[in-house]
Amino acid sequence: MARSVTTQRKTINTVLAWAIGLLIFFPILWTILTSFKTEAQAINDPPIFLFFDWTLENYSVVQERSNYARFLWNSIFIAGGSTLLGVIIAIPAAWSMAFVPSKRTKDILLWMLSTKMLPAVGVLYPIYLLFIKFGLLDSVLGLTLVIMLINLPIIVWMLYTYFREIPVDILEAARMDGASLKSEILYVLTPMAVPGIASTLLLNFILAWNEAFWTLNLTAAKAAPLTAFIASYSSPEGLFYAKLSAASTMAILPILILGWFSQKQLVRGLTFGAVK
Amino acid sequence: MGSITLKQVTKSFGPVDVIKPIDLEVEDGEFVVFVGPSGCGKSTLLRLIAGLEDVTSGHIEINSKDATTIPPAKRGLAMVFQSYALYPHMSVRKNIAFPLKMAGIDKAVIDRKVDEAARVLNLSDYIDRRPGQLSGGQRQRVAIGRAIVREPDAFLFDEPLSNLDAALRGNMRLEISELHQSLKTTMIYVTHDQVEAMTMADKIVVLRDGIIEQVGAPIELYKNPRNLFVAGFIGSPKMNFITGAEAEKKDAHTIGVRPEHFSVSRSKGTWKGTVGVAEHLGSDTFLHVSADGVGTLTVRADGEVDLKYGDDVHVTADPNKIYRFGTDGNTIR
Repeated sequence: MARSVTTQRKTINTVLAWAIGLLIFFPILWTILTSFKTEAQAINDPPIFLFFDWTLENYSVVQERSNYARFLWNSIFIAGGSTLLGVIIAIPAAWSMAFVPSKRTKDILLWMLSTKMLPAVGVLYPIYLLFIKFGLLDSVLGLTLVIMLINLPIIVWMLYTYFREIPVDILEAARMDGASLKSEILYVLTPMAVPGIASTLLLNFILAWNEAFWTLNLTAAKAAPLTAFIASYSSPEGLFYAKLSAASTMAILPILILGWFSQKQLVRGLTFGAVK
Repeated sequence: MGSITLKQVTKSFGPVDVIKPIDLEVEDGEFVVFVGPSGCGKSTLLRLIAGLEDVTSGHIEINSKDATTIPPAKRGLAMVFQSYALYPHMSVRKNIAFPLKMAGIDKAVIDRKVDEAARVLNLSDYIDRRPGQLSGGQRQRVAIGRAIVREPDAFLFDEPLSNLDAALRGNMRLEISELHQSLKTTMIYVTHDQVEAMTMADKIVVLRDGIIEQVGAPIELYKNPRNLFVAGFIGSPKMNFITGAEAEKKDAHTIGVRPEHFSVSRSKGTWKGTVGVAEHLGSDTFLHVSADGVGTLTVRADGEVDLKYGDDVHVTADPNKIYRFGTDGNTIR
């Protein structure tokens, strides 16, 4: 009796989980499907789900109209560069907060997080002016810096959380063994925090990849990443849903594949320390 | 070389004075044990010597040179932690080699020294395993190996045996004592276990509430405790304390008698009482006697004694081995 109830509950849970999963995935699926429709079928009312004339035309048009490789390269450079730079800055910061906290450490952490609560548009004007002054507008370097700074609080917070799980005894042992601060961080702390650092890298790469506000406002052509590439297909001349979808699919595909292969790492990283 | 001198060393955490001004002399080659109840400051004192904590005031000298502000890495001391503190991502070999690698020693020399340490500590079979695949005793040996390879001026042990089971603890105690005999290097050892202190130390430092109560050789502390606290802390089972009329007869506020300095008889003696719990160990018998007008006394008798719960006995203290304490708790000589 009890067993059949459990089986029933399991089935319900499974069905529910799939339903929620599909609901979340549906917009992405719809985008991918639309990218294979003609423009007319894309705006058809009622919408057509699967039975349409599959075409690759949108992809070839998108390829002709824009240089996908350049956008992709900019995305990789900006997302990768800002994440790496952020982690290099955040590791020592998180080290000091986790292992030599002062009275103000908690306040500093909260203050850092509070910057994420400010709408980005609030600082657009000063940053735009700074960019003009330093000649950083529409430059990959400038965008990498800004996105690194935007995500830095999250990187520091994540690393801080992981580092706190590492017994301080082990770092003290390294100090007694004659390790300098640099060696302690390089040979002892970082290898022990590898799972945490890896999921921090992954999550921030995804966040940086998807960042649209700053990329749209601070780039024009040269430094534009894939988010700008998508946006270029929603133009004042009218919406071309099928081509927009094709562009979107091309933009999200790399990160989708990366996310798929690293999902175990991501979940482990995000629930790190929750269960001992 | 490995002499350590503390001069008026203090440590405060905020408003709490964990270590009140302490002066201490540790001579080269000595095995010194810091002992005391938890919270007495013994671990903090060790960490001050290690450099893992900064002193609030005072000076620490290592080999007659002021080391107060020298970072731990440069003090030439090695430490073994209670939690072993091995590097979980490194093999036993790499763990032991780490201090040598940090010292920038030639790889061939490192390999030779690591192999030698592993052989001495019976770790050769586990040399390529990770700490997670070792038992508690093996981990402790790796931690010791990591300390000995760099040939430090002194070893610091922070309750290294408290995570081990009783049998293993006995073995490791012996191994550490043997290590001290063969290396003749200064060792400072922190424990709350007075048996460890008595069996291993050349010199015991008894601490309470951040001050040194007494320093001396184990037998000296056992024979001539300076006050009630040391008398009660050193010796197992602990000394019996008697206050009131019986103590006043001896012109003292409190008198103390060790369990082994009593004699028991069924017919005659100073204090009459009834046996409560009787612990028969074969080699000794411990009797918990409630004596009239004195309270409960722990009495040790040699070998097997035919006394059991509820028996009437008479207990007599060896008159030459009664300790007398004044109202301030200090020993009256």
